[in-house]
Amino acid sequence: MTAARFRRWVTGAYLVLFFGYLFLPLGIMAAATFNSSRFPTVTPWMGFTLQWFGALWADQRMWQALGTSLLVGAGVIAVAVPLGLAAALLLDRLHSRARTFLYAVMVSPLLTPGVIVGISTLVFWREWFGVTGGLFLTILAQSSFIAAYAMLLFLARLQRFDQTLEEAALDLGATHGQVFRRITLPYLTPAILSASFLAFLQSFENYNTTLFVRGLDTTLTVYIASKVRTGLTPAVNALSLILIALTILGAVVYEILRRREARRQPDPA
Amino acid sequence: MGGVLRRYGPVLTAAILLAVAVWLLLLVVLPQLLMVDFSFRPSLPPSKAGGPEDVYTLRNYATLWTNQIHLAIFLKTIWASSLVTAVTLAVCYPVAFYMAQVAPRRRLPLLVLMLVVPFWINELLRTFAWYIILAFNGPLNALLVGLGIFSEPQRLLGGDAGVIIGMVYVYILFMVFPIMNAMESLDRNQIEAARDLGAGWLRIHRRIVIPHAKPGIAVGCIMTFMLAAGSYAVPALLGGPQSRWFTEVIYNWFFEGGNWNQGAAYAFILLILCVAFILLMMRLFRVGLTDIAK
Repeated sequence: MTAARFRRWVTGAYLVLFFGYLFLPLGIMAAATFNSSRFPTVTPWMGFTLQWFGALWADQRMWQALGTSLLVGAGVIAVAVPLGLAAALLLDRLHSRARTFLYAVMVSPLLTPGVIVGISTLVFWREWFGVTGGLFLTILAQSSFIAAYAMLLFLARLQRFDQTLEEAALDLGATHGQVFRRITLPYLTPAILSASFLAFLQSFENYNTTLFVRGLDTTLTVYIASKVRTGLTPAVNALSLILIALTILGAVVYEILRRREARRQPDPA
Repeated sequence: MGGVLRRYGPVLTAAILLAVAVWLLLLVVLPQLLMVDFSFRPSLPPSKAGGPEDVYTLRNYATLWTNQIHLAIFLKTIWASSLVTAVTLAVCYPVAFYMAQVAPRRRLPLLVLMLVVPFWINELLRTFAWYIILAFNGPLNALLVGLGIFSEPQRLLGGDAGVIIGMVYVYILFMVFPIMNAMESLDRNQIEAARDLGAGWLRIHRRIVIPHAKPGIAVGCIMTFMLAAGSYAVPALLGGPQSRWFTEVIYNWFFEGGNWNQGAAYAFILLILCVAFILLMMRLFRVGLTDIAK
């Protein structure tokens, strides 16, 4: 075997191991859904069953938690996407120290541990406004860092925006409101959709921040964690399997749309 | 500022400024400042708030030094998070290099998708997958006993090892993407040229690839360390009473000890730890804040 072929073989083996490591645990968790054992496992295999989907369907508290998660997700889209959009519009027009400073403050929530985002929100709203944990604080705490993700998406799209379009419209007598509605906003629509999608996903899967601000409300992710610790059955695997399938579907559709968009609009650079 | 007004007009500019002010002041800066302020005050019943006992004190910070158990947990959180960061870096570096420099271009979209998909899956579910694997009657014990490595099943859950194994899995993709992105901009010809001039692969990486990828490596390490040190989900699922994490101590101050001021002080200590790690990485890799916050 030559040195080059040996190196290719080692590289290939390493990649197989790496991707196996990424996907095998998820496969094992999914497989445990179909094992008719009362505790989720794949060893020993007790026979194939679909009963845990039925158990999941009958779980009232799961449906309640799902409803809470959907509500929080919608709230986060409504708060974080407009905030991120405003921030990107502002940054796009600043060229100075002020831009660097604002940018640093805006991305700082992404470099802060999620538990601290939750704690600071909890303390601040109780001390200043007498608001305690619940849906409202969950939406605000999640939005404080999800807005930063939205801002980054909008900023990336605005960087490829041809600003002479806006200037031409203004020269031709359009008002600022018309320019924004007819030119800027339509251009940003794909980014608004992807930001909403990402915001919802981030909100739905959030655990560390939500745990501190949720009050007595239980989101689906919090519910899953509590089930794992007390009362674990393969119904939790059934729920995980469904969520993972939906996530994979979402991720694949998102990637396809993103790549199509990228092809249609080559970078000017 | 004049540029903003000219482009958006007075109404839109006012709306934009208002939204940004609400976000940064009400949701980011003021909560952080109040948490810090809170952490320097004693925990008092509401009737004594603002009274003579309501003065700034370092007592909440001193607790960490006097409580040996908490201090040990804090120090463990530091070394275990560093270990998680080092292991993920070692595992990810070859993958990132392959994706950015070696992979045939037509195979790349599929490989990227295979990285993106697990990245999107809920952190808690990825942790739960390891709960199944590490369980006493789980597949890993069955495999190790079957191979004759263990003579009987071992307790893999509820200890530090399980938590660290889970964290490496859950946070590994936060390391791959920054390094991959940084390596992508390196011209493949530079590596070719170095090889033609007789450099071995070790020297190519030390002198060309690593210096070029430094900002990405720094970002990957910062994200991984921050996520590991601030993780609640992984130790909550895979750990036990003997392997508590610093975030769990903070949580208990809030919701079991009922001492929010004390909890706020611990939270601020965790934040300082993360900032210190960021500064360390910037010094170590000689990169600026603008390289990191891209």
